[in-house]
Amino acid sequence: MTDRHDGPGDLYGPDDSALDGNAIGGLLHEVFGTEMTTAEATCAHCGNTALVAEALAYVRAPGTVMRCRTCTSVLAVVVRRQEINCVDLSGLAALNALSENSGRRSAHSGT
Amino acid sequence: MAGTAVRGRLTWQVATVAAVRPETASVRTIELDLQDWGGHQAGQHVDVRLTADDGYVAERSYSIASAPGEPLQLTVERLENGEVSPYLTEELRAGDQIEIRGPIGGYFVWDGDDASTPLLLVAGGSGVVPFRSMLRHRARIGSNVPVRLLYSARRLPDVIYRTELDMAGDGAEVIYTLTREQPPGWAGHSGRVDAALLTEVAWAPDRRPLAFVCGPTAFVEIVAGELVSLGYPPDRIKTERYGGVGAP
Repeated sequence: MTDRHDGPGDLYGPDDSALDGNAIGGLLHEVFGTEMTTAEATCAHCGNTALVAEALAYVRAPGTVMRCRTCTSVLAVVVRRQEINCVDLSGLAALNALSENSGRRSAHSGT
Repeated sequence: MAGTAVRGRLTWQVATVAAVRPETASVRTIELDLQDWGGHQAGQHVDVRLTADDGYVAERSYSIASAPGEPLQLTVERLENGEVSPYLTEELRAGDQIEIRGPIGGYFVWDGDDASTPLLLVAGGSGVVPFRSMLRHRARIGSNVPVRLLYSARRLPDVIYRTELDMAGDGAEVIYTLTREQPPGWAGHSGRVDAALLTEVAWAPDRRPLAFVCGPTAFVEIVAGELVSLGYPPDRIKTERYGGVGAP
């Protein structure tokens, strides 16, 4: 992983700014207090469940956006303002992280 | 809370540069001393934070280049017009301090526990950095897992860790493909990683290989897609994408 800037499109095709959930592992750890790239995220729009590491991630300002790799709906948005993280998880139907001692831990949003 | 480390929390800490080492014309490895480093797994990364005199803060993620148990090393490629990498690759000196938090990530890691399946590593450009950690880890723990590293670089002088990779041996094979320019008499592969090259290099799917792919987004999409076409189950392909720096 290196600097997050666009470069020229090239032999492997044009580059876009979508990274993956690995790139926001530090931010998510900061928000949730635990390793999150191995968490399972369920899209509230299409219902697909995938690891956070496999989600699309857009890391450039304003805010950090995580999108579903299947339907590209927004799963989560984190905006940092004066040391405070504002977190919108309304695109997630469920988020299950591995806790350190006791298997999976669940958080369900919505309804 | 300032200065208090809470267990499980990710906290920024000051790291002192112990040494800097050139790898290629635009890449160098930075070795860091940290007071409080609990160790890492091969494949993990750290966040680096730089604060300018005027208070402007920039954060970037860099893969860890050293094996678990070794001093923390980051390998950084200078990006033209980059905000952070020119400083790290041109200005930073031994004795300087930068802020670090980590290690980060639990998905793109190889701990060497699964000794039964061969390992396929596919790198585009500086995507080779986490694989250097994995290869060193494999050597340090005496693993005999067969491993192949397929490394796509533009030109031979752009190959990072070339001396080390050329000496890999002992069940580790390194296969290069040069996409832009090949030196006279080049006996390796040329052109991009495609179906034909992967068919030749990748382990047969029936051996249940585990694949790691790291590079720019477009590179990762192509390689992962071809591996699925070859019969690799998607859950046996771990991917990590980094921001665009042009094709490797």
